[in-house]
Amino acid sequence: MIPEIGHFSLILAFVMALILGVLPMYGAARNNANYMALAKPAVVAQWIFVAISFACLVYAFVTNDFSVKYVVLTSNSALPLVYKVSAVWGAHEGSLLLWVLILSTWALAIAMFSRSIPAVMLSRILSVMGLIAVGFLLFVLMTSNPFDRIPMQADGRDLNPLLQDFGLAIHPPMLYMGYVGFSVAFAFAVAAMISGKLDAAWARWSRPWTNIAWVFLTIGIALGSWWAYYELGWGGWWFWDPVENASLLPWLVGTALMHSLIVTEKRGMFKAWTILLAISAFSLSLLGTFLVRSGVLTSVHAFASDPERGLFILIFLILVVGSSLTLFSMRAAKLSSTAKFETLSKETALLSNNIILVVMTAAVLLGTLFPLISDALAIGKISVGPPYFNMIMVPLAVVLVIVMGFGFVLRWKSDRWSRLQGKLWLPLIFALVAATILPLIYAPSFDGLSFMGLLMAAWVAFTALMWVLRLKRSPFKMSGTTWGAMLAHIGLAITFTGITLVSIYNVEEDIRVEKGTSYKVNEYLFTFEGVTEVEGPNYTAYQGKVKITENGKLVTVLQPEKRIYRVQTMPMTEAGIDAGIFRDLFVALGEPLGDKGAWSLRIQYKPFIRWIWLGAIFMGIGGLFAAFDRRYRRLNRRKRKSTVTTMKGVQT
Amino acid sequence: MKARQRRILFVALAVIAVGLAAALITVALRSNLNYFYTPTQIIAGEAPVGELMRIGGMVEKGSLNRKDGELAVQFTVTDTKAQTIVRYNGILPDLFKEGQGTVAKGRLQKDGIFLAEEVLAKHDEKYIPPEIADTMKAIQDAKQEKAQ
Repeated sequence: MIPEIGHFSLILAFVMALILGVLPMYGAARNNANYMALAKPAVVAQWIFVAISFACLVYAFVTNDFSVKYVVLTSNSALPLVYKVSAVWGAHEGSLLLWVLILSTWALAIAMFSRSIPAVMLSRILSVMGLIAVGFLLFVLMTSNPFDRIPMQADGRDLNPLLQDFGLAIHPPMLYMGYVGFSVAFAFAVAAMISGKLDAAWARWSRPWTNIAWVFLTIGIALGSWWAYYELGWGGWWFWDPVENASLLPWLVGTALMHSLIVTEKRGMFKAWTILLAISAFSLSLLGTFLVRSGVLTSVHAFASDPERGLFILIFLILVVGSSLTLFSMRAAKLSSTAKFETLSKETALLSNNIILVVMTAAVLLGTLFPLISDALAIGKISVGPPYFNMIMVPLAVVLVIVMGFGFVLRWKSDRWSRLQGKLWLPLIFALVAATILPLIYAPSFDGLSFMGLLMAAWVAFTALMWVLRLKRSPFKMSGTTWGAMLAHIGLAITFTGITLVSIYNVEEDIRVEKGTSYKVNEYLFTFEGVTEVEGPNYTAYQGKVKITENGKLVTVLQPEKRIYRVQTMPMTEAGIDAGIFRDLFVALGEPLGDKGAWSLRIQYKPFIRWIWLGAIFMGIGGLFAAFDRRYRRLNRRKRKSTVTTMKGVQT
Repeated sequence: MKARQRRILFVALAVIAVGLAAALITVALRSNLNYFYTPTQIIAGEAPVGELMRIGGMVEKGSLNRKDGELAVQFTVTDTKAQTIVRYNGILPDLFKEGQGTVAKGRLQKDGIFLAEEVLAKHDEKYIPPEIADTMKAIQDAKQEKAQ
């Protein structure tokens, strides 16, 4: 009964989305207040129905309803409760339902927190969100209904062991919050194009939403990288895998969008460009969904997939891109601005930021889709190796970072070299000193590349820091935007430091070990102490024991595992990791070699790897600070007050 | 500078930047494309020696062999019509099995032996990478032809 309620509720949600997508839009065009007033109740109703539907699916998982096909395919009665819940989005159908739930939640949030936006604009924005929901609900109902029934089964086939992990339980929701969050920026952009009005107020409304979406995407990507590091088994943190790229693409464009929105708000410029970026960010999110769901590319994420579903998303993607670009071409002329700026100005710095980020996006997009294109054109089966991405991203990142330092101190409109020099020599010297001294302390050897990487990171960190210090304001009176900018850019510096050091000083060895074998990596001595068999809740495991000592002193004992999950009979490598701020020690069991108790073992020494994700946390916090800047709220209140007084005036 | 001159400067800079980016991308792409070959193509001499490439096929039953006391491993990849010997010094993926599909990335030597730097297998009981799926399908088609 419950699954039927879920299914029915989903159909009702579809009807609501249809109402939301059509009537308020029509009302806004005809200036009909009654139709526009439908937007908010429709959003609420749509959210409630989707939430009920989602709750029904969770219920089916928690109560082991093995008459539901999707539950049978992705769950098992022996699965721990946490993973029963996370299994809801462990495969295609449920993850799409989660997508729709998040989309509805974003729409609900706009409806609730946008009292300052005029009714016409708001109903258009919500209507666009409704249209997107129509597409996705149709997709779920037609191709991927999670509530399909089959004859009752004794037990389920279990969740893929790779996904039985806490990091992966929260990675997809975070990532989706980011992906889908860009639909808000997209809806704002489309609404602005329809009304033909794109002013500073519009930029102020959309900035916090874009920031929040970006924060979720940042954290989502970082979680994915962290998960790949410890769970995929082999200690890499980024593979330039198509699906990883698919999440990086909207992030790059989203970052560009955040910065171009600043110019649109403060100077009324880059309007058409901002709109294009908003369209691209959401379109690339859709492309990401298409790549994951269609399985057209070889990827660590491409679990069981279905080409027919991919086709549906592809058509949806073409509709979204096609219609929004058509609208854009009709309205672009209206979006020009008359403001001017000198070559040396903050505008130029932000423009460079945008150009570099867009070139990065194009390069990653090309590298990701090239295998598809070449296969389609019968050029041959080709894959693009990670060196391609590194070769392009590293030099571009260097230029980006140099400009970043200038961006902080540059003034709007025009600036002078002499003034810049006065502001920048100090951070430059600090950065040079830091990049020279730091490697001497911890690194085994001096390395030109690591010097460059650290110099770049320190340059960003110090320019950001000095910029804030020179404002000479009390930290409590500083605006959220200032705090946010500082934290986010320092976060980027932290991530860059991590990437640089782990790429250069990483040690990775595959070795053959028997009981008692020792192996030395840097100052650490790894001693293998044999393997025992242990029983888990739904798996059996070989558990290795590796003792690590430093100069005879015990550092830790790691217990890497090779698990065999009972239901899926799939082997899984569970690495043993000793985490630290300055280094991780990583051990993973390979396979038994021969019958004398010998094993293959992967040993890794990963300096500063935690900094990669720590930086992402800083970026996230920075983004939140900026999104919740008091300025946005104060403005809302003032406006509300003034509307209240005019209303009163009318009454008297 | 006058507004017009500045605009020209901007356009020129933009053109240079785009040109540089395009050149960089082309060079990077050209030097990092890894082609995919089957054992049949290797035997026919279509695969260049010494270049980074990927090969794929089925791991022949009984071909997996490892010397005692060593990590290095050797196995034969087949598409039923031809075989290639693959050598690899490292840890094989969890789902690597004889009789199953695999893709190896590495370089072909002059003696026709493939030195792998990375070995991939399917990573989910349900999911098979497209290259492996295609190769396995070709193998099955070939078998059916033989049976007829």
